Amino acid sequence: MPQFPIYMDNHATTRMDPRVLQAMTPYFTEIFGNSASRNHAFGWQAEEAVEKARKQIANLIGADAKEIVFTSGATESNNLAIKGIAQMYAEKGNHIITAATEHKAILDTCKRLEKDGFRITYLPLQQNGLIDLDALRAAITDKTILISVMYANNEIGVVQPIAEIGKIAKEKGVLFHTDAVQAVGKIPVNVIKDGVDLLSLTGHKFYGPKGVGALYVRRRNPRVRLAEQMQGGGHERGMRSGTLNVPGIVGLGEACEICGNEMADEAMRLGYLRDKLKNKIFAELDEVYINGTMESRLPHNLNVSFAYVEGESLLMGINDVAVSSGSACTSATLEPSYVLKALGAGDDLAHSSIRFGLGRFTSEEEVDYVSEKIVDIVKKLRELSPLYEMFKEGVDLSKVQWTAH
Amino acid sequence: MAYSDKVLDHYNNPRNVGSMDKADPYVGTGMVGAPECGDVMKLQIKVNPETGIIDEAKFKTFGCGSAIASSSLATEWLRGKSVDEALAIKNTEIVQELALPPVKIHCSVLAEDAIKAAIADYKAKDTKRVLETVNA
Repeated sequence: MPQFPIYMDNHATTRMDPRVLQAMTPYFTEIFGNSASRNHAFGWQAEEAVEKARKQIANLIGADAKEIVFTSGATESNNLAIKGIAQMYAEKGNHIITAATEHKAILDTCKRLEKDGFRITYLPLQQNGLIDLDALRAAITDKTILISVMYANNEIGVVQPIAEIGKIAKEKGVLFHTDAVQAVGKIPVNVIKDGVDLLSLTGHKFYGPKGVGALYVRRRNPRVRLAEQMQGGGHERGMRSGTLNVPGIVGLGEACEICGNEMADEAMRLGYLRDKLKNKIFAELDEVYINGTMESRLPHNLNVSFAYVEGESLLMGINDVAVSSGSACTSATLEPSYVLKALGAGDDLAHSSIRFGLGRFTSEEEVDYVSEKIVDIVKKLRELSPLYEMFKEGVDLSKVQWTAH
Repeated sequence: MAYSDKVLDHYNNPRNVGSMDKADPYVGTGMVGAPECGDVMKLQIKVNPETGIIDEAKFKTFGCGSAIASSSLATEWLRGKSVDEALAIKNTEIVQELALPPVKIHCSVLAEDAIKAAIADYKAKDTKRVLETVNA
């Protein structure tokens, strides 16, 4: 039997790799120096460790070490990128393009900028979860200073055509930022090939520590400048003040190195397990829908709507498995996932969705257990579901007059 | 979210799941809620024509565990009651019995609405029957 509860929510966060912890440990105690202390060995040792990590991160994404700015995580990286560009390039224009399915760290930052007079275009998504490149092209004006599109989505795992977006941005002379937290360490990411000018990443999404992340800021072709968002000692080339989190940074670097070495095998293993999970569900159940295209998707993600059963009751039935639901029945608004809604999924299907996020520590035994369990519980809940009964009787649910409450 | 033992019990062993013939003159059917809100409850009662007592109550619910528990509990309470007694069931009693947290109160409201809708359907059939008898 697998160990319970089973963790299958690796888009939320990941368990830290023991090798990462091992690399970090000395930097809490013996090697405790401030990397900004230039006049003694304690500082030099810390600085050496930080610079090693900078290289490890840069190597993973095809960047130069000098282009890595350390932050506290992706929310800060996203804020720094978007506000930093908006303020630095305000004279050039006041228009930013992003997508409706971005993470809240992007959407809320953009909303904040709207209050300051910036104009934001939130591109709708195609039903498969991908950006419409023609719509993107059409949205660019002479006032556009930045395009920000996530590399891979945290709910549906759909991977955007980043290199093509990069090409369009370059053509139009617009800077391109990507929130790549779900992609880095999982699939090949290369800032040169992808034509990315700024890229956000965070350690805890790929088996590193929480509270440490980075922003890649391109140094040539073009040289990207940012308005600092915090004043202090002018660390990180003036872009992000504050004493560096040396143990965290060491862990982030180590996590990048491990991912670089093991990504190909890991992606293959997780892709196999994900497909096994999907195939079992589809073999045993009818009226099951995958959210987002399978053609361009993270290998460890599956997001499925089980029609006619409600997400929270589904989670309750698999309470020994940690997954996420697109249903927000507990929130005051009763609004289901805005990502699924942006794909044109009806609210009912959005309420019925489960996100499975496999990871480095997911075993085949766990996947087998979860797939059996989910099939059982969906069958049980459909016995209980008046909607499934109506569907089976041939009633067209979209034509029913519901008494909304 | 932590569920109360009673909610878990109804979720794991729902009482009186099923459907009765909607066309039966002594069956009242109530369906409330909407799929896009995340809850739909179907509740049915069958009234004994001799005694006026609810002999049978059945439900099917699409919704969270608290919605399932609220409707399952409602069917338990309905059985053996007269129609008028059934109308007196309040959502607050369901909240209390199942120890529902504030965010789940709407589940109990929905269950009360379902009871009222089932009884209204039954009463409409009853009125029609009386009129038919009078006119015959």
